[in-house]
Amino acid sequence: MLTKRIIPCLDIRDGRTVKGVNFENIRDAGDPVELGALYAAQGADELVFLDITATVEKRKTLSELVNRISHHINIPFTVGGGISSVDDVSILLQNGADKISVNTSAFKNAQLIHQLAKEFGSQCVVLAIDTKQESDGEWYVYLNGGRVKTDTKCVDWAKQAVDLGAGEILLTSMNHDGTKQGFALDITATLAEQLPVPVIASGGGGTMEHFVDVFEIAKADAALAASIFHFKEIGIPELKHYLNEKGIIVRI
Amino acid sequence: MKLVIIKYNAGNIQSVLYALERIGVEAIVTDDEALIRSADKVIFPGVGEASTAMNYLKERGLDVLIRSLTQPVLGICLGMQLMCANSEENDTPCLGIFDENVKKFNPDAQIQQHLKVPQIGWNTIGELKSPLFFDLKENSYCYFVHGYYAAKGEHTIATTDYVLPYSAALHKNNFYGVQFHPEKSAAVGEQILKNFIKL
Repeated sequence: MLTKRIIPCLDIRDGRTVKGVNFENIRDAGDPVELGALYAAQGADELVFLDITATVEKRKTLSELVNRISHHINIPFTVGGGISSVDDVSILLQNGADKISVNTSAFKNAQLIHQLAKEFGSQCVVLAIDTKQESDGEWYVYLNGGRVKTDTKCVDWAKQAVDLGAGEILLTSMNHDGTKQGFALDITATLAEQLPVPVIASGGGGTMEHFVDVFEIAKADAALAASIFHFKEIGIPELKHYLNEKGIIVRI
Repeated sequence: MKLVIIKYNAGNIQSVLYALERIGVEAIVTDDEALIRSADKVIFPGVGEASTAMNYLKERGLDVLIRSLTQPVLGICLGMQLMCANSEENDTPCLGIFDENVKKFNPDAQIQQHLKVPQIGWNTIGELKSPLFFDLKENSYCYFVHGYYAAKGEHTIATTDYVLPYSAALHKNNFYGVQFHPEKSAAVGEQILKNFIKL
């Protein structure tokens, strides 16, 4: 059976991991390649590298980094952050990325998704959506790392993007991100049930039980988390064994 | 040991090259007939769409070349599907090395089972019967990304199950094909690549 996937996310700035990580068993926790390789060895199913480098000049660092990652890591990985053209994607894929994720640029120019899917195939086009539930109870799309609100509902944008060729949805709930109080089960379930493509839930995972809930209740295909792995609050092997004990199919 | 990766309009050529480097094997990426013919082993990778890829191969005579190869050849994902008889992806006649046909997952069955297509992620391979799987356990996990599948047939050397049981790998004479991506399948995939090198 197809397994549920556990995906650590590494934030990258100027070629280095951003969040303060501290692992005894690697030499340089700031090196995305070394940290990614550790997660891969521990049983991570995929990795996401999110580039938050502010300046365009430093983006070359990213393609060099991607090249190094693909030389050293034996599981699939996605690269996101600041991607806005077919050329951007072409360079990252040529350097060995398996998938790319687009967010704000795709919302502003939805045809980008269609162009990317046509050029490279839907399997490598991940649409990342940052969403927030407002007081009216509806989930809206936010842009620019959550700084800019739109009037578009998350479900509508996700459906449109899938129609245009997005192969997976990476859904981050801004209400839950960083809280460690659990994933956004309702909006994740809505997308997982209504979309014909996999949904990766992100934001809020704090305990192993939260992962059980996001897979069992919300029917997510994959769950992404960052700091709980970086700060060793939850180890990937123990998480996978826990999920396995709860009857959730994972790769062990 | 000369290993060649066939260069064509497919998406995962770099990934295969890097995976081979990780296990200490050098390979060259080429569409040159003489180089391909003189290789000890040939890898035929592939991520993409069947008819576009077949057209590309035909325009360059690579279809005839691949069929006539006598050394071990490993098709990966679309590469394996192109080695089959026909693909339902845009009704494409393929290379016809394997008699098996490539089909679209039945949408009704898929919906009934609450499964998404394409299949993306880790699934098990079983009923392993080939030196390609030396030292691997039954139900080892491999990474799959595909919306079409090769039916089970006489050349099936491994099976997997998504919507229905089908071929995870095929073998006939010197030709091998795997539906999953060994280059992205962690230690299991590396073992399969090593096994292919040793064939």
